[in-house]
Formats: sequence, C-alpha cells, structure tokens
Amino acid sequence: MASLKALKVRINSVKSTQKITKAMKMVAAAKLRRAQEAAVSGRPYAERLEAVMASLASKVTISASSPKLLAGTGSDQVHLIIVATSERGLAGAFNSNIVRAARKKAEELERAGKTVKFYIAGKKGRGVLRRFHSKQIIHDQEMGHIKNVAFADAQIVAEDVIARYEAGEFDVAHLFYAKFVSALVQEPVGQQIVPVAIPAAAADASGVSAAVEYEPDEESILADLLPRNVAIQIFRALLENAASEQGSRMNAMDNATRNAGDMINRLSIQYNRTRQAAITTELVEIISGAEAL
Amino acid sequence: MATLHFELVTPEKLVRSEEVHMVVVPGTEGEFGVLAGHAPFMSTVRDGDLAIYRSETGEPERIRIEGGFAEVNEKGLTVLAEKAEG
Repeated sequence: MASLKALKVRINSVKSTQKITKAMKMVAAAKLRRAQEAAVSGRPYAERLEAVMASLASKVTISASSPKLLAGTGSDQVHLIIVATSERGLAGAFNSNIVRAARKKAEELERAGKTVKFYIAGKKGRGVLRRFHSKQIIHDQEMGHIKNVAFADAQIVAEDVIARYEAGEFDVAHLFYAKFVSALVQEPVGQQIVPVAIPAAAADASGVSAAVEYEPDEESILADLLPRNVAIQIFRALLENAASEQGSRMNAMDNATRNAGDMINRLSIQYNRTRQAAITTELVEIISGAEAL
Repeated sequence: MATLHFELVTPEKLVRSEEVHMVVVPGTEGEFGVLAGHAPFMSTVRDGDLAIYRSETGEPERIRIEGGFAEVNEKGLTVLAEKAEG
C-alpha cells in the first residue's frame, strides 16, 4: 500500500492538473464564442457569392477556352489533399479526426490508381503526415503566427494553390477540415475546391436574372470570381476549423476536469483509509504494550 | 421618395445593411451611381471609394473598398468587397 506521504503528493498533483484543465476549458469557451461569431458573420458573403456564381455559371457554356478553374484540366490523375488542422494540441480527437479522414481519402484515391499529394496548413497535421506520406507533401504552410483568421491568410493559401494548379502540379484539389456543427459535435469533412464545383443553378428559378446587364461581360466576371471563390472556401474552412477546435478543446478539457475530480475523490478515500489503518495499528500497539506491563 | 436597400459585405462581416438614397460604386469600367429602382446589373469593382448618399443633399459617406463586385437586383444593391475600411 502506498504511503500517506506519497498519496498526499499524488492528490495535490492531480488537484493542480485539474486547475489547469479547468482554466483551459474556460479559455476555450470564451474563444469558442468569438470563433463562432466570426464563422457566422462570414456566412452572408459566401452565400451571396454562391448565388451569383450559380446564376453566372448557368449562362456560360463550358468550352476548351473557359477558365481552367471551372472546366478542369481534362484529367483527374493527380489529386491534391489540403489538410487544415489546428496549431495546438489538447483538443481531444480534433486533429486526428481530420487527418484520419484525409488519409482515408488518400488511400481510396491511391487504390484507384491516382497520384496523391498533400498540402499541409496547420502544425498538428504535420507530424502524422510526415511519418506516413513524407514524399507526397508538396508544401507545408506555416500558420503559427495567425491569432484570428483573416481573409488575407486564406488568400495566401488560395493564391499558392491556384498557382500550383495553373502550373499543372495537380488536377483536382480536396480540402479537409472539421465542420462546426455544435459545441459538442465537430464533423471532419472533405470537399472538392478545384475545379470549382458549381452549385446547382437554383438561383435562376426566379427568372428575373434574364434581364441582368453585365459589365464587362459574363466570362470576365466569372474569371474574376473563380479564384475568389477558392479563397472564400478556404477562408470558410479555416473559420469553421477555428470554431471546431475550440469546441473540441472545451469538451476535452471538461472531460479531463471531471476525470480529475473523480480521481481526487478516489485518492482521498484511499488516503483516509490508510490514515485510519495507521491510527488503529498504533492504538493496538499501545494497548498491547500497556497490557504486557 | 423610394430608398435603396444597400448592403456592403466582406468575407469577415456584413459591414453595412441600410436604406440609403444613392450609392456611387467604382466599377472597373467607370463609376456608376445606383438609385432605387435601378435595372438588374452586375459589375466587377476596382479599388476605390464607395460614396454613400443618405439623402439628396448632404455630404456622402466614403468607404474605401478593394476588389470584389457589385450586384443590383430587385431587392437593392449588394457590394461584395474583399476589404472595406471606414
């Protein structure tokens, strides 16, 4: 049986761990609120852009001369997987879920005989992917300096990805991140961002768009919008990821705090029993000593 | 006097959503003013100042915007800009 002293040290150590996890939970909850607001306020832009893209795409016929971002390169041999993870750990299964989803997709594609390349955004995906796919990583985007995700950060990634696309480094790009469903549920999702998947042209149902005038013309507006759309998709993913990360961390830390509480209870009971046992032994010794006299 | 519903949106947030008299937008092929009841129209936008006239008289409010496009439909004017300051 552990000594009294050892038990006491143990209890104190668990108590201070509990303090830390509790504080982290609190911080995550506060950050979650902010991240969630950011994700929500980014929605109007994405929605409007999507509506405009849909109505434009329905007017432009896809031909060999259309922008590559829309029409594709004509093959789907080389796939790029962009993995967006967080910069910090201790967020439960958040990062490993994203990485697992991305690797599953990669395996699927490889079985189908495709070439897979990885593009990493975020520190926590780096380790696992380096270990298993080190030769396939084409770029490792540093995100550590970013505190609150700004559109400019997403743009840097988007421009890099598009430049690589134009240079023919890959044919199709998928983006993996965790979608924020609620503070308790984050779902890792993969979505194709290049070539741009045109949303179903439901916007035309109103019929009013027929009379719209375009300046300069449909094609040039579309050509201008396509790269922007990629940036927006990435931005959205980063925002969702930020919110998911905090949600996931809040949960993980809540569980950890509760576990620490249970552990303290268990250890305290053991401590008290040991103390009583020690006192009983001492009494027995004294009494039997006195009887012997 | 009918008013124009005007919205300015950036990827980060909805900057403005209000009823105004007129907005002058810096389009790529020249500035254009939008009043209530404007015909459906879509244009890309160059970097420049957006002038918002709240009433027929009075000074406009200027917001600097960068990159994006403007859409006019029956609901009003929506400017999607990458950046907006002001």
